[in-house]
Amino acid sequence: MLTVATAALELGLVYSLTVLALFLSYSMLNVCDLSTDGCFTLGAAVGAVVAVSGHPGLSLVAAMAAGVLSGFVTALLQTKMGINSLLAGIIVNVGLYSVNMAVLGGSPNINMNKTTTIFSTVKSLLADTPLAPFSDILVGAVAAALVIAFLSLFLNTRLGLSIRATGDNPDMVRSSSVNPAFTTIVGLCVSNAFTGLSGCLLGQMQKSMDVNIGQGVVTIALASLLIGSTLLGRGPIPLRAFGMVVGAFIFRLVYAIALRLHMPAFMLKLVSSVIVVLALSIPYLKGQWPVLKRRLAYRSAVRKEGR
Amino acid sequence: MLELTHVSKTFNPGTVNEKKALIDLSLHLDPGDFVTIIGSNGAGKSTLFNAIAGDFMADSGSIVLDGKDITFLPSHKRSKDIGRLFQDPMRGSAPHMTIEENLALAAGSGGWFSHLTAADRTRFRDQLALLDMGLEDRMRQPVGLLSGGQRQALTLLMATFCPPKLLLLDEHTAALDPATAEKVLAITKSVVEGNRITTLMVTHNMHQALEMGNRTLMMNAGGIVLDVSGEQRAKMTVADLLAQFKLGAGKDLDNDRILLS
Repeated sequence: MLTVATAALELGLVYSLTVLALFLSYSMLNVCDLSTDGCFTLGAAVGAVVAVSGHPGLSLVAAMAAGVLSGFVTALLQTKMGINSLLAGIIVNVGLYSVNMAVLGGSPNINMNKTTTIFSTVKSLLADTPLAPFSDILVGAVAAALVIAFLSLFLNTRLGLSIRATGDNPDMVRSSSVNPAFTTIVGLCVSNAFTGLSGCLLGQMQKSMDVNIGQGVVTIALASLLIGSTLLGRGPIPLRAFGMVVGAFIFRLVYAIALRLHMPAFMLKLVSSVIVVLALSIPYLKGQWPVLKRRLAYRSAVRKEGR
Repeated sequence: MLELTHVSKTFNPGTVNEKKALIDLSLHLDPGDFVTIIGSNGAGKSTLFNAIAGDFMADSGSIVLDGKDITFLPSHKRSKDIGRLFQDPMRGSAPHMTIEENLALAAGSGGWFSHLTAADRTRFRDQLALLDMGLEDRMRQPVGLLSGGQRQALTLLMATFCPPKLLLLDEHTAALDPATAEKVLAITKSVVEGNRITTLMVTHNMHQALEMGNRTLMMNAGGIVLDVSGEQRAKMTVADLLAQFKLGAGKDLDNDRILLS
């Protein structure tokens, strides 16, 4: 059971960076960024290529920079070229497949078994300490903590407030002399930097990446985000951001337990879709319930009267 | 202060839904003018405000504010000098952000990466206390929890926190209950007079149109049909105003929400 929890924590922490990215784009900016899958893969691909060439530290920065670029294009399409924001994400996502293959040099995967990565570096640093078995968790935890700290500070600056207001009431942003197009661009650049970093870390932790590593990540992250905001949806930003990490962990934990109970691994994506559907539809259906109840009662009353 | 010269705007040109919302409209405001505007349904009052605020670019003509040509300036740049309130109290503030966060955005002081300081909070608290609605003790609550009247008062404070050169009030008390409307109107008066802000106010209350401000415009079919100020206005009654409108527009004032008392 402990190994299940450990594995869930490792994966949950790494994926939580993508959840935090969606926390910025989806919860704050009110933009559902469907380029997430492609951007996650882009970060993994760039990170892997740079790490294999012998620069583990630089690989993290490069993956984030690639994410910024991808976010910039997505934002440009929707703010300056009049393309619907969902469509902009899908277009970028499709285009990124070719970009990712090009980054990987035409082969669909990269093996990093003998590559020095941030994970292998930390593992060798902690080799003879009691912390040794938890080195992967430590790397993920530090990354998540840094992103939470950054978001907590950033979202309370004037720029951060403008970004939050853009998702809440764009009219009000305009009347505060701020261009909502600008805040959308900045927000998506920052959020995609985290998505890219998330992909980079996952590839390096698993010591291999292939071009499908990001498939379905947006739904998995959205499911984690919805779990997290159900638990810690109110309150100050740091708490809500922490909730995102908790959500990512719970999602992974449930999934890992389901695997133990002999659910086939390929069910992951269906499970994440069902969670997202439930989390988004339940509030709506709850609102519809009183009307439905009244309609049923009305019908049975009419029937009783024999009309 | 504000100079509109031959401004025209047609919506959906060349279609069956073509609507000439503003027709060759010219208007000059002196600094400190407080102008009330009344008019029939679809007369172009809101279109006039949207044109001044930059929601769309006028088809022809020019708009100059305090010596600066703003004809082609996008709305977020105009908003530095133009404050604006709508009929809908929900339009002016961000519901999921706190009162102090909303005010911080409106105050707009400091660079992009500046944080709220203790000095800012004191400043906000003092200003909120002037509204006399108890908002100064709720600065960390989300704006979505406030009533319509409280939100409109807050929006007024936000729009005038850094006194703008021009304030546009588009029936900003129409959606409020009478007592709250009275209060928001009193706050409006003191803020506008205290800072000598040039103001345009659309109202459907004829009495208010004559009582507030120093000049009254009547609009009909995309143009200004009556412009009274000074002595002529001081002596005017609501009945005079209606008669004058009929003379100018060639028909009775047909605003389905008009208040004659």
